[in-house]
Amino acid sequence: MVTDEENVFKALADKSRRQLLDQLREKNGLSLGELCEGHDMSRQAVTKHLVLLEAANLVVAVKRGREKLHYLNPVPINDIYMRWIGKFEQDRVQTLHNLKEALKENDHE
Amino acid sequence: MSKPEFVYTTYIKSTPEKVWEAIVNPEFAAQYWGGLGIVSDLKKGSKWRLVDTKDESIVKCIGEVVESTPPERLTLTWADPSNEADVSRVTFEIGLSGDLVRLDVIHGDFKPGSDMLEKISGGWPLVLSSLKSLLETGKSIDVLSVKGGSCGSSQPLKEAKAG
Repeated sequence: MVTDEENVFKALADKSRRQLLDQLREKNGLSLGELCEGHDMSRQAVTKHLVLLEAANLVVAVKRGREKLHYLNPVPINDIYMRWIGKFEQDRVQTLHNLKEALKENDHE
Repeated sequence: MSKPEFVYTTYIKSTPEKVWEAIVNPEFAAQYWGGLGIVSDLKKGSKWRLVDTKDESIVKCIGEVVESTPPERLTLTWADPSNEADVSRVTFEIGLSGDLVRLDVIHGDFKPGSDMLEKISGGWPLVLSSLKSLLETGKSIDVLSVKGGSCGSSQPLKEAKAG
């Protein structure tokens, strides 16, 4: 079933599928053809990954003319986030995340 | 309409009527939307405002009703009251998927260089997760009020504009 949390974790457990999500984070609303550009996965492999991502509701496909456009849908990830991170932890977790990001940037300099 | 920039989808154990009510009833919306709610007569062409329900002089978002077809589709123009020219368009679509309600929030038609794009990414997923939680469990997750809550955003406006 579409709401199944198992599907979300399963979909996220694969590097290629995470790469497809990264691609949509970079540029939302891509067609299958556009999603196939930029890496060496076959069209069939990308299609297969998209089926799983759509089943997990992490990608939403919208028909536009003859094309299907794919959108990153972070809502299921947010549902999981909210399950374990409460109102009062949120700011502290965010602070740690910001610290980590800032340190990463310093490393690159 | 140009292609949408964002499409957010959630599946909710509820009925289309309840989901519609959750969007358009400001007292109900305030419970999951960090104290905010949509105030409007929802007639085509009417104005609407997203306000702090405890103090309606605090207006986070404004626009006009483009289409209102309960309980299926609500389309609004969407702008920050401090920058009305930067208008975009939001559609709430409510449908059935098996025994679940599918709610899509489609945000698009942004003006070139719109800073709304930056403001809303991150905002809608929070709102939708909180809405789903409230309708399914009776408990909302009041994370939005912690962050201030603004025009579809989880951050206060002044922060979202900085940098």
